[in-house]
Amino acid sequence: MSAAQWRRAMSTGLAGAAPRVPVGRTAAPSPAPAADPFAHSDAPRWLKHLWRTLAPRHVFTALLVLIFPFVATPFFTFQVASQSLVLGLIALSLTFLAGYGGMVSLAQMTVAGIAGYTMAVLGTSSSPEISLGWPWWVAVPAAVLLATVCSALIGWLSVRTEGIYTIMITLAIGVAFYYIVLQNYSVFNGFQGLRELKPPTVFGVQWRDPLPFYFLCLFWAGAGYFLVRYVVRAPFGIALQGIRDNPRRMEALGYGVVAHRVAAYALSGLLAAVAGILLAWYNALMTPGSVGTGWLINILVIAVLGGMKHPIGAFLGALVFVLLQTFAIDVIDRERFNLVIGTVFLAIVLFSPDGLLGLWAKLRSRLSPTQAMTSPQRRQP
Amino acid sequence: MKLNRKVWVRSMLAAAATAALAGGAWAQGQPVKIGLLATLEGPFAAGGADGMRGAELAVKQRGGVVAGRKIEVIKASSDAKPDVAVNATRKLVEQDKVEIMVGPLSGGEGIAVKDYSKTQPGVTFINGGSGAQATTLVNPSPNFFRFNTEGGQWMVGLGKAAMDKGYKRVMVIAEDYAFPYSQVQGFMSEYCRLGGKVPEKAWVPLGGKDYSSVIAKIPKDVDALLVVLGGADAVNFLTQYENAGGDKPMLGGSITVSQDVLNYKGKRRDSLVGTLSAGPLADAYDGAEWKAFVDDYRKTYPVSAGGFPSPSLFAYVYYVNMKAALDGLAAVNGDLSGGQAKYREALSKMVLKTPNGDVRLDANRQAIGTTFVTEVVKDAQGNLFNKVNRKVDNVEQTLGMSAADFKIGSRDVPACP
Repeated sequence: MSAAQWRRAMSTGLAGAAPRVPVGRTAAPSPAPAADPFAHSDAPRWLKHLWRTLAPRHVFTALLVLIFPFVATPFFTFQVASQSLVLGLIALSLTFLAGYGGMVSLAQMTVAGIAGYTMAVLGTSSSPEISLGWPWWVAVPAAVLLATVCSALIGWLSVRTEGIYTIMITLAIGVAFYYIVLQNYSVFNGFQGLRELKPPTVFGVQWRDPLPFYFLCLFWAGAGYFLVRYVVRAPFGIALQGIRDNPRRMEALGYGVVAHRVAAYALSGLLAAVAGILLAWYNALMTPGSVGTGWLINILVIAVLGGMKHPIGAFLGALVFVLLQTFAIDVIDRERFNLVIGTVFLAIVLFSPDGLLGLWAKLRSRLSPTQAMTSPQRRQP
Repeated sequence: MKLNRKVWVRSMLAAAATAALAGGAWAQGQPVKIGLLATLEGPFAAGGADGMRGAELAVKQRGGVVAGRKIEVIKASSDAKPDVAVNATRKLVEQDKVEIMVGPLSGGEGIAVKDYSKTQPGVTFINGGSGAQATTLVNPSPNFFRFNTEGGQWMVGLGKAAMDKGYKRVMVIAEDYAFPYSQVQGFMSEYCRLGGKVPEKAWVPLGGKDYSSVIAKIPKDVDALLVVLGGADAVNFLTQYENAGGDKPMLGGSITVSQDVLNYKGKRRDSLVGTLSAGPLADAYDGAEWKAFVDDYRKTYPVSAGGFPSPSLFAYVYYVNMKAALDGLAAVNGDLSGGQAKYREALSKMVLKTPNGDVRLDANRQAIGTTFVTEVVKDAQGNLFNKVNRKVDNVEQTLGMSAADFKIGSRDVPACP
């Protein structure tokens, strides 16, 4: 596939839907301003906005994620839910880059790994001769900052390429980072990596216990989710989507194409870096294995599985991925369980090229007659 | 009354689980759940599958029942990465609620699972095949037991055998990670003590293909080369060394002189005769228990059913560790109450009968066991095979040093140039 074809495929696949969500959301309530009961009330603006945009499914989801850890076992809270949130946040950084910027980067796990390793080297770990032992409130921001800068550099290097060439360059960077941490013993401790990376005890809370860690992940995943939702509606995000669809025209209009793309890399790097810190705490270790080729591709699998048309897809994909990884071996014995994982991935992508979100959209359009009747009512009090 | 109800609920749950998984064999009291973790994916997939065979063999030999309690094995897989191994272990412990955990397979995984075991004091962890020295030497966990010896211990006896052959100076060529470090340490600590010299060590990357720079560095005045490379790498090295006109005799690590090397067809094939190596098992060992074990393995897992012609290293160590788990259970009559205190005490004090002799545990719950020194010989048909040269019993993890003097092997430790 040539670069131009690739881009066309990316933009036709995404151009219709991705902007629809952010634009549609803000536009939808406006037709009925007269019916808005808050139009003349003294309630603060944010409350009115919330009332207009909130649908039952949002409340349902919010209640679900808040109540879930109190109902589920610690195992589900920690291994399934927290891990899904962390992996989802990394996949979200890719969804943002690929879905809204049209740039498929395989180096998102590498950025997360850079953050995790930096925190391990600057902070405390099982190798006191390597780790500098800085307090966490210095080490963690420094790690996030460095990873964001690295992501911007990766972007700067790869934005001049398009489509499949971007994939190749970012893959090369990812594999190079893997070999550096594998073979360097003085800073990265080689094959064994750095262990005993624990979140600090703040406000007397053990943040690695299942419940606090879940809420920590939920907070940052939510922050990343709403940041992406906000940015894609902001002028920067709109310009980015314009660049995705037609860089030459945007250039002619006076937008700095390279600058926008590099900025998008930096922002996605920020998301991946935060997730990288959480991932290091989740595993309590950083080893070359966690930034290997397998994981670079897993992040792409998660993003595609969930669907790239909406930021929530990343988290749905991560949930399915983690559930499969954890429980496939119970379904079928021994060496064959990877077959189950592969079959499910294949089935989802085969029947719905837009991942789980595409399945959801299909389901909704099938039920649409009833929805069309009820949805205007839903906004009335 | 309250207790009765609790027991009733528990037994119902257990019965339901058993009925679901094993088809309803709950007649003999509550089953014991044992988690079994090995690598069914990644670079050690073949070894991991054989490890599972070894562990299953140990369960089978007891008919799947210990002290009237049925043994229920729940399996999980990893791909030799520590984070994956911890995830799989956490699933077995917290989701499937296993009471005893056997695994994992590789070194880095072992250290990570040992760290995790500290957060689960109610479960007893027994190693599978992993052999990192640090697992039991640095911050050992009170509920992590290892009944197999590790890389350093596997090389004890080779130093003396090399001196007996008249090798006074040896160059080391080994892969650059923890397992070869421990192997080289096991060799050198004895060899240096006996007056041998190691003037040069070459650390090569894992999976390297080109050894010409290493071969060029081999000093003229060494008597032999200690080659600690995995099977295919060792053949690559041999071929290139032969092409470069090298003629020094070779000493091998525990996984170096494998069948790959013995099937080597180059011109120097005959020079392989006399190659010494050491390890925790020897195919040609003629002890009665070992022969019985090999027969049992072959009968249960014939080559046609995917078994190996002879049990691999991983089958052996998983067998030993699972056997230890079951023997301990038998010793306490299936009693895992009281936070498994009695069971752990039984494990710590147990003298485990293995196919290769008795194994005891040291204060860090690490095995003290047997090592074989083997030598390549040629049989009547001209095939090469490993003959047992010497059997060293009671090899300790600190290799005869006091715990205070012992330092974990690395690129520069030990040294005797």
